[in-house]
Amino acid sequence: MPVAIVGGGLGALRTAESLVSAGYFGEIVIVSDELHHPYNRPPLSKEALKNGIEAESLAFKRKPSTESVTWILGDGVEHVSFDSRTLTLISGREIVFDGLAIATGIRPRRLRSPGPTNGRHTLRTVDDAKSLRRSLQNSDSLLVVGAGFIGCEVAATARSLGLSVQVVAIDEQPMINPLGRELASELRRRHEAKGIEFHLGIGVDAFLGDEFATGVRLADGSEHFSDVILEAIGSTPNTEWLVGNGLDLSDGVTVDASMRVLGTDIPAVAVGDIAKYPHELFDENPRRIEHWNLPTETGRRAGKTLAALLAGETPIVEPVNFIPTFWSDQYEYNIQSFGIPGLADGQRLSFGGWDGPLVVEYFRGESLVGVVGIDSVPQLVPYRNVLMKRA
Amino acid sequence: MKVVVDMAKCQHYGQCCFEAEDVFQLDDDGKLNYAPDVDESRRSAVESAADVCPMQAITID
Repeated sequence: MPVAIVGGGLGALRTAESLVSAGYFGEIVIVSDELHHPYNRPPLSKEALKNGIEAESLAFKRKPSTESVTWILGDGVEHVSFDSRTLTLISGREIVFDGLAIATGIRPRRLRSPGPTNGRHTLRTVDDAKSLRRSLQNSDSLLVVGAGFIGCEVAATARSLGLSVQVVAIDEQPMINPLGRELASELRRRHEAKGIEFHLGIGVDAFLGDEFATGVRLADGSEHFSDVILEAIGSTPNTEWLVGNGLDLSDGVTVDASMRVLGTDIPAVAVGDIAKYPHELFDENPRRIEHWNLPTETGRRAGKTLAALLAGETPIVEPVNFIPTFWSDQYEYNIQSFGIPGLADGQRLSFGGWDGPLVVEYFRGESLVGVVGIDSVPQLVPYRNVLMKRA
Repeated sequence: MKVVVDMAKCQHYGQCCFEAEDVFQLDDDGKLNYAPDVDESRRSAVESAADVCPMQAITID
């Protein structure tokens, strides 16, 4: 019986590669509700929106080691039974497996505010990006709900395409969670200098419009209208298909440092955006972090773990030693981070000035927990080793 | 083996340098330099470097 990998993104691909390099020679089936082979998502809020990239050109290179993988695309998993080790797909097809890798990731969270649901874009998949791009091409204005990574990146892209752009968010500054108040307010200043109009610290009461949403009413009663609306208010882990198997699914799937799923005896791992595990360089609290480098890091571990479990061996559980890393390109600015700056209770500008290239260090107590740089990669890179050796 | 970095895609994030620092380096201005001819014994490290490139700009022959 095969290993079933559910989900078809980067984490699924890296898990398959790692399974094979760890010596697993059996069948691997990857089941994904998307129609495309794994592709790179970061360009979807930037180059793809600007230039119209196709899934094929974003696809990850396929290695010889994964040539024999069976792909089931365009068919999601409705339910899994751990007891009978059986997947039931949306099409009704059933797949019995020996080992399971959970790689279903996340989907955009939606606002429940009243008003029309049509005409509200989200951005997660290449098809979302194509649809948003078509709308932007025929429009003069964009309103983004949410001021996180995707909201800020799409705002910047749309602005550089010449649209007028408003950003509405409950947060008091853009990207305040990863950047902290001081750097986030500097980011806001840079966006405003490019012409972005912010309405921050206030929630959406309703979407306005008849058949299609054409605007929002905020909690202060103000109304804001736009040709295109994007909702980018964070994510929800895709765990519904796992319900009924006794797992803790409160925020993703809890795994140990080897990516083995906790709370079950069957050979099961979880990877990427859906996996919640302790980042032991920082503390023992399990966390789900959605940065791009983590599907690769967790996939590498998960493949080894699953190969060991299927061979009847005990997987090696080594403390997590990889560093969450993010990048964000907005206009000409290149933002990069190592660590978990969101854990900090204090910060310090350690290079440059607030209005130019800079590096900010983030501290929890006396301890460095993260670093963010803008246009300062040479100054930033040495911090990665500092963070890796702090444990 | 031959390594090619598509410099039109490369954003000089430096992730490849962590996986194979003998092949990829950032200079003092933060620009990527790399050795296009690499000994076969380094294939696994260079493949890891290609894997972790956020722009997927590295190809190996």
